[in-house]
Amino acid sequence: MESRIRVLLLIACAVALGGCSWWPFHKKPAQEPVPVEATTADGAAPAVVEPTVVRRKIKTPSIKNSNFEIGPYMGTYSAQDFQVNPVVGARLAYHITEDFFAEALVGQTHTGRTSYERLSGGANLLTDSQRILTYYNLAFGYDLFPGEVFIGRRAFNSALYVEGGFGATHFAGDDRFTVMMGAGYRLLLNNWLAAHVDVRDHIFDLSLFGSTQTSHNLETTLGVTVYF
Amino acid sequence: MRKVLKLAILLILATAAGLAHSADGQRAYDREAGRHVEVIVADAFLELHTGPGRGYPVFRVIPRGEKIEILFRRTDWFRVRDEHDKEGWARRSEMQETLLASGAKLPLEDLGHRDYDNQPWEAGAETGNFGGGNVNSLWVGYSLNQNLAAEFNVSQTLGTADNSVIALVGLTHTPRPDWRFAPFLQLGTGIIEIQPKATIIAPPNRKEQLAYYGIGAKFYLTRRFILRADYRSYVIFTKLDQNEERNEWKAGFGFYF
Repeated sequence: MESRIRVLLLIACAVALGGCSWWPFHKKPAQEPVPVEATTADGAAPAVVEPTVVRRKIKTPSIKNSNFEIGPYMGTYSAQDFQVNPVVGARLAYHITEDFFAEALVGQTHTGRTSYERLSGGANLLTDSQRILTYYNLAFGYDLFPGEVFIGRRAFNSALYVEGGFGATHFAGDDRFTVMMGAGYRLLLNNWLAAHVDVRDHIFDLSLFGSTQTSHNLETTLGVTVYF
Repeated sequence: MRKVLKLAILLILATAAGLAHSADGQRAYDREAGRHVEVIVADAFLELHTGPGRGYPVFRVIPRGEKIEILFRRTDWFRVRDEHDKEGWARRSEMQETLLASGAKLPLEDLGHRDYDNQPWEAGAETGNFGGGNVNSLWVGYSLNQNLAAEFNVSQTLGTADNSVIALVGLTHTPRPDWRFAPFLQLGTGIIEIQPKATIIAPPNRKEQLAYYGIGAKFYLTRRFILRADYRSYVIFTKLDQNEERNEWKAGFGFYF
C-alpha cells in the first residue's frame, strides 16, 4: 500500500513536471489579431508583393575560453599517528569568475607504522593494503590576494587563495567522510602554465583505537597546472 | 574506489601532458576563419590591464579606431593583442563596445540573464545527509529549455552500517528561472550499489534500482555561480518484500557554462 502511494505520487510529479514546462510563465498573453481591411480604391484585391530579401547571416566568432586548469602535484601527507609520507595527486579546477573557482582533487599516499607498532615489535594494526590512503575532494576556492610578483625585470601574475571542500578518504579498509580546508599560492608562468604550492588539512573520523577520534591530516604539495 | 582514483589520476596526468604539448596552439583561432577574431575599438578608448582581475593596473590605453586581436578569454577577461604587438587583459564590459569587421558589435552573452541557448550546462557538488549518513554528490545538468533540465548525479554515501554509490538520471523543473532565488522540482531514477560494512560475516554488496522525487532551490550568488540546496525522497526497489525508503538533505555550490 505504502509503495503504491509512492508510485501514485511519482506519477503525479511526472505529470506536474511535464505540464509545468508547457505553462507559459514568460509569455505575454497573445493579442487578438487586428483584422486588416485589404482593399484598394477600385475594390479589387491588392497585388501581393513578395519581397526577395536575403537575410544576412551573422556569424558569431568563436573565441576560445581558457577557464579550466589541470595538473599533477606531489608532496607530503602527514597521516595522524601513521607518519609523514610522500603523496601524489591530481587536480582539475574551473574558474567561475575572476574570484571564485571550483576544484576536484584526487590523491594517494602509502602511510607508515604507528609508534605503537614500531615499539611493540610485531603487532600490526593494519595490513599492507589497508595502509594505502586514497582521497577525493570537491572544493570551492576564493582568490583572496590576487597580484603580481617580480622576478628580475619580469612580472608574473599570482594569487593567494583559500579553499574548502568535502569528499571521502579510503583508509584502513573503509571510506570516511572528509572535510578539507586549505590555502595555496598560484604563480602563472605564462598564459597557460601555473605553479602551485598548497597546504591542506583533511579532517575525518577514525575509530581504530577503540574510541572515535577526529584526525587532522596535513598535506603540503607542489604542483603544476595547465590552463585550457 | 582505489582503482577509479588511480584511473582518474592517470587520465588527468595524460590530459595535462597532452595540453602542455599543444598549449602553443592556445592562441584562440576563429576556427572557421582560420585566424584570431579581430575587433575595432569603438568607444573612446579601451584599457589594457596587466592581469585578469579588477585590481590589476592599466598599463596601456588603446584609442578608438585601432584594431585588436582576441587571443582567448578567461572568466570575464579577454587576452588581446594590439597593433603594436602588446598583449594585455581587457574587461568584458569594454569588449562589449568593440565592433567586428562587419560593423556589428562583438556578440557576448547578456549580463543580466542567463543565456540558456549558449550556456546550457550546469555542474556542481553537494554534501549532506542520506538516511542518517553522510553523502557527497556531483551533478551535471543540461537545460532542454528555460524550465526543464536533464540532470545526472553520482553520489557516494558514507554511513555507519553501509556505504553506497548511486548513479541517477532525472528531470529538474524550475518554474521561474528568471528569479534570483529559483525553486525547483525533481524527479528521477537510477541504481544504487549498497556496500554493507563488515562485522563478523560480511554480507555481499547488492545492486538495486531506485527512484526519487525532490524539491530544492538555487540561488545565483554572482553571475554563473550558484548555491543550491535540496531535499529528496528515495524509494529503493529491493528484492525483498518491502521497499526501502531514504531521505536526503544536501547543499552545495555549482556553476553554469
